[in-house]
Amino acid sequence: MMSAGVDTAVAERAPARPARLPRRRGIELALIVLAVLLSVYGYCAVGLARNGTLPPGAAGYGAGLGVLALVAHLAVRLRAPYADPLLLPIGVLLNGLGLVLIYRLDLETPGDRAAPTQLVWSTLGIALFILVVAALRDHRVLQRYAYVSVVAALVLLCLPILFPAVNGARIWVRISGFSLQPGEFAKVLLAVFFAAYLAANRNALAYAGRRVWFVQLPTGRVLGPIVAVWLVSVGVLVLERDLGTSLLFFGLFVVLLYVATGRTGWIAVGLLLAGFGAVAVGRFEPHVHGRVEDWLHPFASIDAGQGPGQLAQSLFAFAAGGVLGTGLGNGHSVLIGFAVKSDFILATAGEELGLAGLSAIFLLYTLLVERGYRAGLSLREPFGRLLAIGLASLVALQVFVIAGGVTGLIPLTGMAMPFLAQGGSSVVTNWTIVALLIRVSHSARRQYDGEPAP
Amino acid sequence: MTRHIRYAAFFCVLLLAALLVNAARVQVVQSPAYDDNPANRRATIARYGQPRGNILVGGRPVTGSRDSGEQLRYERTYVDGPLYAPVTGFASQEYGRTLLEATEDGVLSGSDPLLAPLPLLSDLTRARAAGGDVVTTLDREAQRAAYEGLAGRKGAVAAVDPSTGRVLALVSSPSYDPGELSGNGAGAARAWARLNADPDKPMLNRAVRQTYPPGSTFKVVTAAAALDAGVIRNLDARTRSPAPYRLPGTTTRLDNEGDGCRDAPLREAFQWSCNTVFAKLGVDVGVARMGATAEAFGFNDAGLRIPFAVAPSTFDTTVDKAQLALSSIGQYNTRATPLQMAMVAAAVAEGGQLRPPYLVERTTRRSGSTVAAAGPRPARQVVQPSTARKLRQLMEDVVREGTGRKAAVPGATVGGKTGTAQHGVGNSGLPYAWFVSWAQADRDMEPKVAVAVVVEDASADRGDITGGGVAAPIARAVMEAVLDP
Repeated sequence: MMSAGVDTAVAERAPARPARLPRRRGIELALIVLAVLLSVYGYCAVGLARNGTLPPGAAGYGAGLGVLALVAHLAVRLRAPYADPLLLPIGVLLNGLGLVLIYRLDLETPGDRAAPTQLVWSTLGIALFILVVAALRDHRVLQRYAYVSVVAALVLLCLPILFPAVNGARIWVRISGFSLQPGEFAKVLLAVFFAAYLAANRNALAYAGRRVWFVQLPTGRVLGPIVAVWLVSVGVLVLERDLGTSLLFFGLFVVLLYVATGRTGWIAVGLLLAGFGAVAVGRFEPHVHGRVEDWLHPFASIDAGQGPGQLAQSLFAFAAGGVLGTGLGNGHSVLIGFAVKSDFILATAGEELGLAGLSAIFLLYTLLVERGYRAGLSLREPFGRLLAIGLASLVALQVFVIAGGVTGLIPLTGMAMPFLAQGGSSVVTNWTIVALLIRVSHSARRQYDGEPAP
Repeated sequence: MTRHIRYAAFFCVLLLAALLVNAARVQVVQSPAYDDNPANRRATIARYGQPRGNILVGGRPVTGSRDSGEQLRYERTYVDGPLYAPVTGFASQEYGRTLLEATEDGVLSGSDPLLAPLPLLSDLTRARAAGGDVVTTLDREAQRAAYEGLAGRKGAVAAVDPSTGRVLALVSSPSYDPGELSGNGAGAARAWARLNADPDKPMLNRAVRQTYPPGSTFKVVTAAAALDAGVIRNLDARTRSPAPYRLPGTTTRLDNEGDGCRDAPLREAFQWSCNTVFAKLGVDVGVARMGATAEAFGFNDAGLRIPFAVAPSTFDTTVDKAQLALSSIGQYNTRATPLQMAMVAAAVAEGGQLRPPYLVERTTRRSGSTVAAAGPRPARQVVQPSTARKLRQLMEDVVREGTGRKAAVPGATVGGKTGTAQHGVGNSGLPYAWFVSWAQADRDMEPKVAVAVVVEDASADRGDITGGGVAAPIARAVMEAVLDP
């Protein structure tokens, strides 16, 4: 009833253009309701497994998440009616699931409750989402702020160097009890800069240089930017000891460069530089070297009689889940200890939801990335295309880096699982990414409105 | 550009597919190996996540569980811990499990697949069955009588039902409270250190895990071998036994505590425990038949489980004649657990039939339904029934008018044998006092109990060192406890 009413309102406001394309906002609403119900169900399942009763806050939690999701939905309905209907529900479901997992882990650590804070951050994230969806009428405006973005990103990246290292990594800014990870925000800003820079210079970059064997190398003149970005990445890595973020930035740049220019040579150069950087740092930087050793021999500390390390505990947690999982609230992933609610949150999902639940989560991320790519494909102007590809690739790379790390596929690097992990900066950033994708997908779809469908 | 976007998308899908494949590797392929890794605490947490089943004596539990609220949640508690420690053992978060707590762990902890009503379903749901109970064969009164009889002195008591093999009492002294070792706290670590450092070895189960030289109580076996082999046909015929007896091939002379052993007939020699007669008898029977009889009674059997392992009692069969002579009076390399000597008494009482001892009557689910029932196991004919009959007479004489008079129980036929075993370098240690016996109430059709008692360092009073003085009263108390309904 309500959705029909709003549809009518939108239609009345723009009566001149007959809408031939379905806007699919009803589907979005239905999926959001499903996402909220799934989250509330998970919340109740935790309470039932732990205490045999429904958790006291179930109604409030469900209502809170529901209202947030509904307001976000209204913002999309009003300001981006052509947007992809899957993006918002996926965000709501992952965020809700993350809250459930954090609430579940809070029960094991009564002295350290993270779920209420995370709910506040989620609210902030959705507020920012609404702000972006409502205020950013056209994503192409961002193109103008390319250089502002990159300066802001570099400042944000360098800020933590002034603050003391936390657990070996200088990625935190702590101000009066609040801790922020500015690198998270820098991701989006850099994606905007890369998209704008490459959209403007893609023709110049596509000039072919010398040919070595069968690899077409880029010309020396345009090699400058990629070397600069590579230096920044390595700088971040060395100064902040944050392997994950530098990997992410570099991967993002290589993917966008390849998409923008179509030169396989860039990938060759990128992989070469990345490989060289990774080997050098892995060999000589003790913090990163330790991570590589952990990855190669996760059970070395057990053999040495020091008990299992974090990665070993994480692998134990995944293994304990098996195919179907132990059920929410019945696992022992808290044995991982430090960072169990942030970097290692996926281990809790793996143990309690099993391979089935983990696959579902991976597929949700895949779907999110796919919707981003789809929006990029259907846009006609290069900036929007590159922005959508960049943001979607960010999610894909980040999921790969952290999920691959905690499951022993690649060396572990501290990074937040998008939406799931505890961490305010991360959840706010990810809502911004979804908001931008919604805007881009809205533009992508609206351009076909009134025309024959492609 | 579109083509390259598609390639990039393909790359992203490749990354996520790699994650899925790797997740399947960890969660399915490697899962069993990771689950079984000893550093993985999950199995331990699951084990202590529910109350442990109980061990029952006489229909009442002698164990319990306490919710500690810790990660390893339920701790073991014990009712009369020191009394039943040689049976229950301990179940500790820190130090593992011993004795029944170890052998019956599957039932007690709930991991035994037989406990699940629908095994396939519980495999799927991963539900752990509630811990089952273990019903023991112990007799409450006999156990207490034995424990109070030892009164903290170093020693042990084993009592069995000759007709079934049920273990009625199993006491080791000094004992300890296994409840002290439960739990995660520093208290358990302190108790562990203290108990292990204690020179009296309170955690040693002397009834089944310690062997002693059986001394004169082994003469029951020697007499059995002699009678079975036909070396002696008439209990009252004089034997050709010098006193003192020179050990064959040596100049060592073996003597007796008392007089009148020269050429004593078997009945008198048994009654007054003549070393010379039995040493020569063992040599006359020969090592092969001596060994065969001893092994028939259960010596040299490393495989006995009741269900926990019993230390093998030994009778050395690679000996010369002098050593055989000493072996035949329970010295040299002859060693026996108290339970083994109770088995000897039981076989004599039961007409030469030995029923292997067992401690677990049955195991039940939490609901009370039976999982498995032990039941008596097949008997083994150790000696001929006629030999057993004669041995019964010999043992009855010991209690009626010999060294074991203190074991007499009114209203019952009691047979016994005392023993005093020297040990230590040059026999310098305080002797071990032994008493083995069986009892049959006058109203009963068959013997109801066979007991073996050993008391270490049995008093400095040389006049009272024979088993008859120290050990026999304990045996009598146990037999009375069993015979009195």
